Amino acid sequence: MKQELIKVENLQASFSSQQGTIHAINNVNFSINEGEIVALVGESGSGKSVTALSIMGLNAGNIKYSQNSTIYYRGENLLASKPKTMKKIRGNELSMIFQDPLSSLNPLQKIGRQIAEPLMLHLGYSYQKCIERIIELLTMVGIPSPEQRINHYPHQLSGGMRQRVMIAMALACDPKLLIADEPTTALDVTIQAQILSVLKKLQKEMNISIILITHDLGVVAELADRVLVMYSGKIVEEADVYSLFESPKHPYTKGLLQSVPNLRGDKENHLYTIPGTVPNPLNLPKGCSFYNRCMHASPKCHDKSPTWKYDNKSLTRGYSCWHPLTDREEVKHYV
Amino acid sequence: MFVQFFLRRLMYVIPMLIITTLIVFSLILLIPGDPAVALLGENATEEKIAALRSQLGLDQSILAQYWNWLGNAVQGDLGRSLFTGENVSQTVISRLGVTFQVVLLAMFFSFIFGSVFALTSVLKPNSFLDYIARFFGVLGTAIPNFWLAMILVVIFSVQLGWLPATGFISVTQSPVDFFKSSLLPSFCLGAFGAAQITRQLRSSLIEVMESEYIRTAFSKGLLKWSVMWKHGIRNALLPVITTIGLLFGNMLGATVVMETVFALPGMGQLAVHSILQRDFPMLQGVVLIMVLMIIVINFITDIIYGLLDPRIEFK
Repeated sequence: MKQELIKVENLQASFSSQQGTIHAINNVNFSINEGEIVALVGESGSGKSVTALSIMGLNAGNIKYSQNSTIYYRGENLLASKPKTMKKIRGNELSMIFQDPLSSLNPLQKIGRQIAEPLMLHLGYSYQKCIERIIELLTMVGIPSPEQRINHYPHQLSGGMRQRVMIAMALACDPKLLIADEPTTALDVTIQAQILSVLKKLQKEMNISIILITHDLGVVAELADRVLVMYSGKIVEEADVYSLFESPKHPYTKGLLQSVPNLRGDKENHLYTIPGTVPNPLNLPKGCSFYNRCMHASPKCHDKSPTWKYDNKSLTRGYSCWHPLTDREEVKHYV
Repeated sequence: MFVQFFLRRLMYVIPMLIITTLIVFSLILLIPGDPAVALLGENATEEKIAALRSQLGLDQSILAQYWNWLGNAVQGDLGRSLFTGENVSQTVISRLGVTFQVVLLAMFFSFIFGSVFALTSVLKPNSFLDYIARFFGVLGTAIPNFWLAMILVVIFSVQLGWLPATGFISVTQSPVDFFKSSLLPSFCLGAFGAAQITRQLRSSLIEVMESEYIRTAFSKGLLKWSVMWKHGIRNALLPVITTIGLLFGNMLGATVVMETVFALPGMGQLAVHSILQRDFPMLQGVVLIMVLMIIVINFITDIIYGLLDPRIEFK
């Protein structure tokens, strides 16, 4: 069996605001194995990014984790580790790329300098010593004539090139885990495919784990081994990518799959949308948080929050629903 | 590329100078009183006044007078003072030295105090230090500089006797005495600037520290100070450059009051005297140099912008 790299247990996080406490993450449990690509899927405000930023220790200062929240990385609880330890791990063994590569790069610094920064910080290299490695990294992510590119500024590159630079920067110190927070959302479709193939290639070559945050199921199908579906700060379904697309268990997952536009549906039918909106994180319902939007909801769902159930013996497929969908229930297939 | 940029900017300067000096020339004639009368005294005969007027060229039309002045100015001759007969260009240049030294020191104070206040403010938002910095930000903007000047003179010159209340010693003569003689005027001049820079830098630093490339810098493992130093400050300084450029113009104007209060022999004082004496050639010379100064400062601001921000090209 593969080695476990990250284990998140009982993760509960809230922000205090003027309106009250915002419950961003409500008991999230999952683990990431070495060399695995796991997708974290859900709509905006479902807690995907907060979960990822918790691993990196980069959430805003007003976040509060519950007492029993733990994120283990190689035996070290990241939530309880000292800033000094975190500083050594962050950008070195754990690294991250973001949604909008233009605003995520410092506009006043040459890209070579920006890629050199983690190398200089964690490995103590001088800039001169970094250059060879930077050129190697830029070649790896598919940037042509890297010798010239290192002296360019972000605004002189195209969107796809900028995201490649971000990836090169994140991979500079050979990380164990790369968190990609909607890496293709700000890019146009042809570039999206290129970036995804770069990520896939690098994952194979360097055997890194990737947490892929996205709401694009096309990206999930393309890249992920395993999928975690998040809703309202909880993981509602976990499955390998084929099972998830083939036979979703949670009505929300099914809704997500059905919301994907496809060419086979006839044009008279409008695009499927899940009715309603995500519950207000200031005031979460005591029962299932998907209750008000669910076609299968019963009074039990209103009163009692569903517990996590595993669907198979190897504990790799599970869901949190009182009325899971049965296999082969009709789903408009996307893939 | 840079030479082209420079030449193009120079093209803007010429019409700007002509228009501003023409406006000032016309405005001077609106000032009641006749320099010929002022020179000869109330009891002078009509013929004497008329003779002097034609000697000074005051009997010609405004445009003709302006044309004459411009013709001479282009050749570097700004005329002579109506009263003392001093060469205007020489006088203005020597006075400019005084004003320039005081303004530069004031700018230095503004920048140092402004940056220190802004940085303490941003490192711990809503802390005690932040509130103090913000309080000075409001205070410096609101206090009239002549009032601040009088209070400081009462305290430091009259009561404590530490600093001279009036007079000026050039930095070329004695740096220490220069510092002593211009400390109060520069400080009063710089108080407004410090407040403006504090407010501008504070808000732009806060904005920059929330931007995504700052999050990227944190994700590399940098800690707050290094992030701020390596990625925050340079970005936050961009809008402050504009503020500093504007402050220079503002300070040049404010020297008129400051130099009067502290009796500094600078451009501002010269302007006031020239107006009171209807010394038109001198006043015209002062205005011309002030306008030139501001144009040069704007030009330098643009160049600094271009050096700091690679997205700006010199076109």
